[in-house]
Amino acid sequence: MNIDSITNGYVIDHITAGRGMKLYDLLGLDNQDCSIAIIKNVLSKKMGKKDIIKIDADIAIDIDVIGYVDPGITVNIIKNCELVEKRAIELPQMLTNVIKCKNPRCITSTEQELNHVFKLTDKDNGVYRCIYCETQAK
Amino acid sequence: MRSLIDILDFTVEEVNELIATANDIIDNPDKYCERCKRKKLATLFFEPSTRTRLSFEAAMIELGGSVIGFSAANNSSAAKGESVADTAKTISCYADIIAMRHPKEGAPLVAAQNATIPVINAGDGGHNHPTQTLTDLLTINREKGGFENLTVGFCGDLKFGRTVHSLITALSRYSGINVVLISPDELKLPSYIKKDVLKKNGIPYKQTTDLESVMPELDILYMTRVQRERFFNEEDYLRLKDSYILEPKKLVNAKKDLCIMHPLPRVNEISVAVDDDPRACYFKQVLYGKYIRMALILKLLEEAEK
Repeated sequence: MNIDSITNGYVIDHITAGRGMKLYDLLGLDNQDCSIAIIKNVLSKKMGKKDIIKIDADIAIDIDVIGYVDPGITVNIIKNCELVEKRAIELPQMLTNVIKCKNPRCITSTEQELNHVFKLTDKDNGVYRCIYCETQAK
Repeated sequence: MRSLIDILDFTVEEVNELIATANDIIDNPDKYCERCKRKKLATLFFEPSTRTRLSFEAAMIELGGSVIGFSAANNSSAAKGESVADTAKTISCYADIIAMRHPKEGAPLVAAQNATIPVINAGDGGHNHPTQTLTDLLTINREKGGFENLTVGFCGDLKFGRTVHSLITALSRYSGINVVLISPDELKLPSYIKKDVLKKNGIPYKQTTDLESVMPELDILYMTRVQRERFFNEEDYLRLKDSYILEPKKLVNAKKDLCIMHPLPRVNEISVAVDDDPRACYFKQVLYGKYIRMALILKLLEEAEK
């Protein structure tokens, strides 16, 4: 399968196989009009299988979302057809409007304009809690 | 702007400083009677309260300040749909400090993010109630002279009791605390608190369903109410409810200097006959609540002026 190389943009690599579409949705890539490729189940020596997303445009992407979906991901930044940066992603400290708080007693359940903000409270287990009510993200 | 939303917003040193100020206020009330002259406290109570609201108001008045506010959501623009953020911005134009109680968890944090004056969380649903925890800490400090080497028993509803969770969290920052958890199996302390607070801080604890068997060990007995609505079936409630009612006969083997605490209001979990026992500290606890709130208002106003 041939997919053109990228001039300026990103190659989001080492996505756990099957999570590519979720990441595509969370990054809001549906709303972009540039060339985007989702490649599923690519053979990988390290992972067995992996997904890859290629974005052929220098758009703003939310690195925090990537870290939350799959902290093992690598983001390759391409400029003028050359790899200029290879960024390993970690779990982000804060997530804004990525997860919704589902606690009906939380203030975010009644005040619609509030951002849903989650904080990393247990890095080892990847636990995020709502900053308002401390409910754990599921 | 410094606010108090969660007890962990303050370091142990800051909590100790508040306790020291409260003790000084108790010893030298005249020294503090004009410290908040021309300052206004806004008590924004979106749900009813007796002790918390009145103790905040009494605290500000004893500091020489004034009080404005409302005591129910239907007396405010919240009834018209005003957001917590807008309310906080508005009140910042009128007052110097806010004490807020709200049924929704996190509402005081939203207020603090939007106000230009300090905000004190006076209870947000079943979530946090840091000034109750400060009250409990001052009570223990005054009745026991400190926090070292104390065995603290928590009895009743340990699953849903926010005051229990907060006090355990606050005490876990001191050394030499032993915790005894006394509750029916249905209302045990949540496992995440055992893991994240007790085990993480190396606090020794044990769990039991039998209050009388552990009574002789306790320096502090913190009572809470076992509520009928917490049980899945009526039979279990009826079987267990009397085990967690404190009566004089259950205190026979207790230490002579036991300190019996309760965040109040009580319904029937402490028999009225216990009130005359010199070990009953729950009404003193109410009084200490006013003094620690005085210390807190002073601290936050001083920091705001800086």
